Amino acid sequence: MIHPPNLSPGYRSTLLRAPSKPAVAFKADPDAIELTSPVFGHGEVGALDADLTRQHAGEPIGERIIVTGRILDDSGHPIRNTLVEVWQANAAGRYAHEGDRHPAPLDPNFTGAGRCLTDGEGRYRFVTIKPGAYPWRNHPNAWRPAHIHFSVFGTAFTQRLVTQMYFPGDPLFPFDPIMQSVPDPVVRERLVAAFDLDVTEPEWALGYRFDVVLGRTPMED
Amino acid sequence: MLTPSQTVGPFFGHALPYEGGPDLVPDGYPGAITVTGRVLDGAGEPVPDAMLELWTGEAGTRGVLRRGGEGACGFGRCATAPDGTYRFRTAPPAGPYLALLVFARGLLCAVATRIYLQDGPDPLLDSLEPERRATLIAQRDGGVYRFDVRLQGEGETVFLEF
Ligand SMILES: [Fe+2]
Repeated sequence: MIHPPNLSPGYRSTLLRAPSKPAVAFKADPDAIELTSPVFGHGEVGALDADLTRQHAGEPIGERIIVTGRILDDSGHPIRNTLVEVWQANAAGRYAHEGDRHPAPLDPNFTGAGRCLTDGEGRYRFVTIKPGAYPWRNHPNAWRPAHIHFSVFGTAFTQRLVTQMYFPGDPLFPFDPIMQSVPDPVVRERLVAAFDLDVTEPEWALGYRFDVVLGRTPMED
Repeated sequence: MLTPSQTVGPFFGHALPYEGGPDLVPDGYPGAITVTGRVLDGAGEPVPDAMLELWTGEAGTRGVLRRGGEGACGFGRCATAPDGTYRFRTAPPAGPYLALLVFARGLLCAVATRIYLQDGPDPLLDSLEPERRATLIAQRDGGVYRFDVRLQGEGETVFLEF
């Protein structure tokens, strides 16, 4: 089992939102529209959209990092020209979102949202700052490990994936019901980026590598 | 080596919704229809922090992220309002249905369904019990199609696994 079960009682919000019936397994015909996907034009994404440290007049506070990787299908083929969107808290663990009540400072120089299209090898690259851990009200003394949210499109609508990238060695992993909702510990590790000295730029920013592998399209079964 | 899914969480509103996202076609587009409804949880309460994505199956000529121009785009994105409502404006699809994905805090994996604009013989619909079949069929009122998503419980929407 790869994906978390939608009913994961440790994550309280699932209790009233997880469907109670299993998804209907449906063998899509070749004309099913879910086997196709929107196509993104390079003119739709701005050159600075992938640099979350340059979206304001000043530089955000925090540890500058580079996050890069490839979007692949499960045969290892790159998914080219596809949209990758990221969003995250600032270095203090606060989102630039009106619903975030965590009493940590907002950073006027950090919105925490970025997007880019993958290149011919399925590669994406973001420059950002390392997000902080933040508390939530799921259970007493609940804290989310630092993470970057990822949204990825494949070549079929069925491959659409939203996930979260974590940072290696975070002591909060065992206490986080969202990360722990992935039942298989080996699969869970795939959500953890790898520190990479080759991605790291001297005197500038630490580098992390995070590949995303999307499911096969039903036609491949 | 598939990457597992994680919830979209509550704090995507400053990042994922974009201007014109719910409008697959410009205002006044000939034959445009509105698809609207509410997302409800297992207690029948509205879900104010869901995000829906609509796909007609045709890429079209209008930008996905940068709207503008007179053409149609096949993709739309809409966050729910505090009362759980969403609303898309689209060209009618070539076939009988639209594809819909629902993301929300509390959903560890997005759920996929179809909005059928009318009932009729169909391999998927015909495989379902009558009361479950009904959850996939929009209620039409002129150019407005109403389609509620019930995540859990009574009248639970049929979700699909391909
Ligand atoms: Fe988060």
